[in-house]
Order: sequence, then C-alpha cells, then structure tokens
Amino acid sequence: MIAIVDYGVGNLRSVANAITKLGYQPRITNRQNEVLNAQAVILPGVGAAADTMESLNRLGLVGPIGQLIADNRPFFGVCIGLQVLFSDTEEGGGHECLGIIPGRVRRLPSELKVPHMGWNQVKQRLAHPIFAGIPDEANFYFVHSYYAEPADKSLVAGETEYGIPICSVIAQGNLVATQFHPEKSGELGLRMYDNFIKLALEAKVNHK
Amino acid sequence: MLTKRIIPCLDVKDGRVVKGTSFIQLRDAGDPVELAAFYYQQGADELVFLDISATPEGRDTMVDVVGRVSKEVFMPLTVGGGLRTTSDMRRMLKAGADKISINTAAVLTPKLIQEGAKKIGSQCIVVAIDAKRLEDNKKPRWEVYTHSGQEPTGIDALTWAKQAAALGAGELLLTSIDADGHWAGYDIELTLAVSEAVTVPVIASGGAGTLEDLYQAIVVGKADAVLAASIFHFGTYSIRETKEYLAEKGIPIRI
Repeated sequence: MIAIVDYGVGNLRSVANAITKLGYQPRITNRQNEVLNAQAVILPGVGAAADTMESLNRLGLVGPIGQLIADNRPFFGVCIGLQVLFSDTEEGGGHECLGIIPGRVRRLPSELKVPHMGWNQVKQRLAHPIFAGIPDEANFYFVHSYYAEPADKSLVAGETEYGIPICSVIAQGNLVATQFHPEKSGELGLRMYDNFIKLALEAKVNHK
Repeated sequence: MLTKRIIPCLDVKDGRVVKGTSFIQLRDAGDPVELAAFYYQQGADELVFLDISATPEGRDTMVDVVGRVSKEVFMPLTVGGGLRTTSDMRRMLKAGADKISINTAAVLTPKLIQEGAKKIGSQCIVVAIDAKRLEDNKKPRWEVYTHSGQEPTGIDALTWAKQAAALGAGELLLTSIDADGHWAGYDIELTLAVSEAVTVPVIASGGAGTLEDLYQAIVVGKADAVLAASIFHFGTYSIRETKEYLAEKGIPIRI
C-alpha cells in the first residue's frame, strides 16, 4: 500500500492523481498504523512548516515518521515535507521540526523574488535510483520561500540555483525528499514518483 | 536558473471554453479538459482558468472541470473568477487547483488576501489586477478596475500592487485593460513599474500579438511569466515555437 499522509493541509489530491496516473492506488490516510504498515509513504506539502508540525503532532504521526525513516523504509517528503525533516525552521519566527536530518530551514535571500516560483533545473549531485531516466539539469516546478540547509552537505543529491545553491533533492537509501513538486513537474515529475515506488516495491523484501 | 513561464489562459463558462479555438487536432475544442491536456503536451509551464460563469451552477461546474483536469495534467493550475471567500478557495484547491486568483473580491475586501495567505498559504494566492492607463499625467499612472474591467476604483495600480504583496499575495497577475485584445503588445511600462515595485513574481497579461511582444514583456517589462490567450488558442503560435523563439533569444526557458 502506498500511503499519502493526510494532515489537513497540503495538495493531497494532486499527489494522489499523479500516483493514480502511474497505475497505483494510493491511500490517503492519517492513521498511525496505516502509515507504519505502508510499503511507501509520501508526505506532501503546501503551506507553512509550523502548521504541518502542529498537525503531525496532533495526529501522533511524529513518532511513526521518525521510525519509518530510522528503519530505512521508503519515504518521500515533498516541499514542506522535505523541510520538516530538518532540525528547525526560521519560518514564522522559528519552529522546531522533526530533527531527522541535522540542519536548518532558512528564508530565501531577499534580493530575489520570493517565493521562488516556477521551473528550475536540478543538478544531480549523487547517483541514486530516484534519478533513473531523468536527465541531469532537468526542470522541475518549485514554489517556496524557505530552503533547507543540511549540516552535512554530502546529503545533497540534487541542487538548484536561485541566487544561492539550494538543496533540492535529498536521497539516501529509501529516504527521498524534494523541494520541488514532482506532481506538478510534468512527465519527469511522474517518472520520479515512479522511480520511488519501484524502489519501494523492491525494498519490500526487507520490510518486517 | 529559474525559467520564465509561458501560460495559456482559458476562459470557461458553464464548463465550456469560450472564445473558441481552432485546433483541428482537437476532437472538442470547447472541452477544457481536452484543451488543457493539449497545452500540457505542448509544454506549457502553467495554466490559468478564468471562470466567467455568472451562476452558482456554473461555478459548481468549474469545480468539476478542475477536478477532471488535475487528473490528466501535471503542471500548476491557477483558477480565478467569482471566488469570494476562503472557503471558495479551499473548495477549488481541494478539487485540484494549485493557486487561486482573486480580483474584485480582493479590492473590495483586501483582508481576504491576508486570510487566504494565512489559511492556505501565500503561494496559493494570486492577486489579479486589471489596470487602465490614466492620460492626465506626464508620469504614467494606472487605475485599478474591478468587475471584469468595468468599474473604475480610483485606486492607483502601483499602490494596490504593493499593498496586495504586503498583505500576502504570492504572485500578481497583471492585465492591461488598454492592451487587452489588441494584439499590439503588452503595456511594457505598466509591467515594468509593477515588477519593480514588488518582490513577488509578476505575470504580464493583455495584448500579446507576436512572439516579440512576449520577449519585450520579459526583457524590458521584467515579467516573470507571460500569459496569453488568443495567440495560442487560434494557433497563431504553438507553445513549442514560442518557447524555441524565446530560448533562441537567450531567455531561460524550459523546453
């Protein structure tokens, strides 16, 4: 089962449509046991990091998400779903996040238009199956005002230039997260989800 | 590098695309789902739907249209027209829209921008501004019009653009009433003035007749995106040739 985490905000429908288009039947859920037992979990995101954290806390999903990632179970965080993996964010005067990846989420520099909105290139910094069939420097759709800065730069699997280099993809084992929206990034975005699901289905053998 | 966006705009009334198109490739050029899929395949960067239905039933139909489009088309969708409350906005987002464009409602109730930004996020709130040039000054000035460009408001367009951005608009969709429908180019001065007055992205709209017009709006007007309707709908230019033209002239474009 592919679970899309429903925490009240976020563009669930678009993510679900993308997964459905690929021929899978995603389950939109906020139940701890469904999230924990899914073969693949997608944490979509639109909106504010603080609201997302509050919802995840309220739904009791902070523990399960941490556990999934600690067990190297297939997990895909999108946009805010990437940002909340970090230690904390400057957004909304500063908020603690999940603390799974050491590092901060910071406001984009003000010399450029904020939000960073539109299609921008992703430079592939690490080889990872998530990039299968996706050319280096392909364009993906971004819309965000904050960006994640991992303490360990070697975690950056994809990087995007917007005045400064932005960490646009994290890919480590079965943990994937993107600052852009694959569900809004045309055929290559769909391919990235497909790569992730294939990765997840292969990872099934290790799933207790 | 962030690319400049090319955005076709579809006017939809009671679930049908109006200002008919002449694509012979399409089975039904009045079907918004088919037309959206066509632009998606051509490589449009985003789509704007403007609902010009005058009835609640027409609006309900729009929700259904957005739902069907978002199953086939995986690019950003902006929907505007007749959305007056945050619950209207939510309903459209839930159906599959990514951004909501508000115009008259925002002018009448600027707080709506703030509320929308707070409840659903700045990045979802596009404030559409219809501006008309005032001729009484040496320095160019523009007045904001509401109700589909029918009602003058006495509000200065630059002042309103800054206020809308400060209230939390994530983007501005700027239409020149003077240029709209004349295919003689965007109002470049207006585009530049607004683009330089705000720090959010600006979509230039109204007046595109040639590909050079799009180029001018981006390079001289400093627009982040260009919107056009008839040049695409009538097949004067395809999305692909538009993008190739701009890319060849050195504009960062997603091909």
